[in-house]
Amino acid sequence: MSARAALATALDRIERYDEDIGALLEVDAAGAAARAAELDRSESHGALHGMPFVVKANMCIEGRIASCGSRMLEGYRAPYTASAVQRLIDEGAVPIGIANMDEFAFGSSGENSSFGSTRNPWDLSRAPGGSSSGSAAAVAARMVPFALGSDTGGSVRQPAALCGVTGYKPTYGVVSRHGLIAFGSSLDAVGVLATSAADVERVLAVISGADERDATSALRAPFEPAPARTDLRGLRVGLPREYFPADLDGRVRQPLEQALDDLRRLGAELVELDLPTTRHAIAAYYVVATAEASSNLARYDGVRYGARIAGDGSLQGMFAATRGAAFGAEALRRILLGTYVLSSGYYDAWYLRALKVRRAILRDFQAAFERVDVLAAPTSPTPAFRLGEKLSDPLAMYLCDVLTVPTSLAGLPAISVPCGCAAEDGVELPVGLQLIGPAFEDARVLSVARCYQAATEHHRRLPPLVAGGVA
Amino acid sequence: MNAAWNAVIGLEVHCQLATASKLFCACRNAFGEPPNTLVCPLCTGQPGALPVLNREALELGLRAALALGCEVAARSKFDRKHYFYCDLPKGYQISQYDQPLCSGGGLTLATGKRVRLKRIHLEEDAGKAIHDRGQVTLVDLNRAGVPLIECVSEPDISTPAEAHEYLSALKEILQFAGVSECDMEKGSLRCDVNVSVHRAGTPLGTKVELKNLNSFAHVVAALEYEIRRQIEAYESGEPSRAPVQETRLFDVQRGETRTMRAKEDAHDYRYFPDPDLPPFHVTREHLERARAHLPELPAARRKRYTDTLGLCEYDAGVMTSSRALADYFEATLRFSSSAKDVANWLGNEVLALFKDPSSGVRAVDELTFKPFDLAQLIELADSGKTNRAGARTILRAMCSTPKAPRELLRDLGLEQIEDTAQLERWCREVLAGSERIVAEVRGGNEKALGALIGPVMKLSGGKAKPQAVRDLLGRLIAERGSAG
Ligand SMILES: [Zn+2]
Repeated sequence: MSARAALATALDRIERYDEDIGALLEVDAAGAAARAAELDRSESHGALHGMPFVVKANMCIEGRIASCGSRMLEGYRAPYTASAVQRLIDEGAVPIGIANMDEFAFGSSGENSSFGSTRNPWDLSRAPGGSSSGSAAAVAARMVPFALGSDTGGSVRQPAALCGVTGYKPTYGVVSRHGLIAFGSSLDAVGVLATSAADVERVLAVISGADERDATSALRAPFEPAPARTDLRGLRVGLPREYFPADLDGRVRQPLEQALDDLRRLGAELVELDLPTTRHAIAAYYVVATAEASSNLARYDGVRYGARIAGDGSLQGMFAATRGAAFGAEALRRILLGTYVLSSGYYDAWYLRALKVRRAILRDFQAAFERVDVLAAPTSPTPAFRLGEKLSDPLAMYLCDVLTVPTSLAGLPAISVPCGCAAEDGVELPVGLQLIGPAFEDARVLSVARCYQAATEHHRRLPPLVAGGVA
Repeated sequence: MNAAWNAVIGLEVHCQLATASKLFCACRNAFGEPPNTLVCPLCTGQPGALPVLNREALELGLRAALALGCEVAARSKFDRKHYFYCDLPKGYQISQYDQPLCSGGGLTLATGKRVRLKRIHLEEDAGKAIHDRGQVTLVDLNRAGVPLIECVSEPDISTPAEAHEYLSALKEILQFAGVSECDMEKGSLRCDVNVSVHRAGTPLGTKVELKNLNSFAHVVAALEYEIRRQIEAYESGEPSRAPVQETRLFDVQRGETRTMRAKEDAHDYRYFPDPDLPPFHVTREHLERARAHLPELPAARRKRYTDTLGLCEYDAGVMTSSRALADYFEATLRFSSSAKDVANWLGNEVLALFKDPSSGVRAVDELTFKPFDLAQLIELADSGKTNRAGARTILRAMCSTPKAPRELLRDLGLEQIEDTAQLERWCREVLAGSERIVAEVRGGNEKALGALIGPVMKLSGGKAKPQAVRDLLGRLIAERGSAG
């Protein structure tokens, strides 16, 4: 397909669906058209020739607005392009828009965007999940074949599950963070949302690999997909008991058990095991992530770029007025939390202890991977919830991440793949199966997901809103 | 009677490293460029930009550690130090908190007293806020991200004079090691002081920090004032006057210190390990490479100059007064056989040029002529092709023209007169009008001869060789004696 044809399809679908969904903050139709025409004229075609994609609003593209879904950076144009985005462009992919997100990636519903909430394409009254809300919704509505997101504690996997798409968080360091606007630097991973694990692999092969502009990027060659497997014989799949509690939401349990049956049918051996530190993960995560966030967001002071509010006219007054007014409630909450846990007198009790828990969680996973090849679990404790349902209860919102933060703390590769739907009030709501692998076994995780998708149809199902228009 | 008061002084010295680029980005590390021209997304704190350690900065840090005899840590890490200020682009400074590059080490003062170092760590500089342009505050980020080392001494210093000597010695070592320019005027060396006083045998007094010390002289003046202030405060016996833990600014105009911020206003910097920068390991190879690049330090050079080159202590001291001069001295020696002559010319004539504004050169690095040219000039003087005054004139000319000394000698007509017949005519002319002096000389007063040399030199237009004139005058007077 020509780049121009692919672009026309994408723009057509954005035109048709995005007014309802609100996935995108900005569409650069003219720029994308020029780029597509240029690509079609060129003799050599890159690995992703002509593939349109959207980028979460916390990744920099030179000259485009990187707002992070925040008033603080409303209108802020990035002066350079993120490494991952640049590698995509270099292989012929065409960035066509900027996807909505929870402010600075703080949230699990998409509702914390300063520019309005994105709606779930499966049910417009529900949240798409977050924080990569726009990226997941745009792929779910098939506006683009793939999108970049970022995953700090589940921000790619959870919205992928709630929107019925495939969402991948690579091992920490496999994809450069250069140009990804930081939330929790030791947790942040550039992730991919697509309609299949195979497409994730194509994108990952382009964006992965060492980057001298990110000192935490792993000194490794780019990702290479594992050979296709026709079944899962010989694969040991661990089922952590902590991820399947007795009170697990029945709407999630039912499709999950079907998925586990499918894995077994494909030849995998299922092994129950324990990850006892799991129950401490949410607490440790919210200490580490907010500590780093409070530091990473210190640069938004009104001096050099972004919002500035004069306040009482003094320098300190300007800092306070700008930050007080331009950050949303959740950003302020996390900055305050993070500032507190790093304060002298509290550092040891909070931050250092959280680091200890983090190491214990990693050891737990390492022990598990001596017994099994991958772990399988639900991605989200519930299917998509209604907009506004959890907005007034931050703790309930934080618990959305309970199944995804342990892997983030351990830096492991994890994918969410659609594994069926739960019916509620006459609508179908997608459910995600999460597969987790040992560090740098990205190819193993993705090849298992690819095998599962080859044998099932869940990832092909479309939201009713778009089913008629996307054949 | 009470024991005498003792001062307890510790110094924190920040030196900008002489790297080509900044600590965590590729921007040039340079002074005096137009504001905000040496900047990039990283050092202006743009979102998403990540720091990557400049290996050259690490290398220079290691060199400083080796030059000062410090123990280099096998594993070291960077931490973020948080505070809000308009010249701090990220809202934190990347520094090192509890695992610095190195610890221990120190240097020895002329008295033999040892001043120990507590630690040296690497950190990035902040930008510069400019407040004196009316209502607005301007920010220049050229300096933001420039690599610094902070050298923290133990409180081993007892007097302002020792503080001065310590700073001079530290500066000399870091300059010679090629670690830093240590130029206070350019801000590449900055100093904070901690000082307290107590009576011998009693517990230490309350420590006060002094800031805004922009020269070694300010350090001395601020310390002298502050020590006196603290002693007077204690001796007054008034509890309200007792020194409190605080930071005080030195007021240059008034020559006194005053409160800048009290302890309770001290920042909580909320240090934590920078997640963007993995801990780094200093391997044996790193250390060996740094050691291999460690230039000879001033004390070793002075010893070599006296022991091997035969310079006196004084000349050796002058030749090592800066790395640039010492290097120039050694470069000139490659073309000259006499170390003594080279030291003499550099120490007297060339240093005199720097003090004279009309010469147009103020420092070694501004010299337009090469060590080879200087050696040639010395050779002209030594071989009697021109006299000292002539050579001095040529040296001056060399500052403004690229011509070789030999060419200048000819162009300026400064060759010494070696034509004996001409010299003899001038001598006879002078002798004819100086019967009284001639009589004195003949009477045994050899010194009186000196009064005759000047007039002959004058007749020659300064081109006669003074020794030749003296010899000739002596011979002519003796001849006249025997003839008459
Ligand atoms: Zn820079």
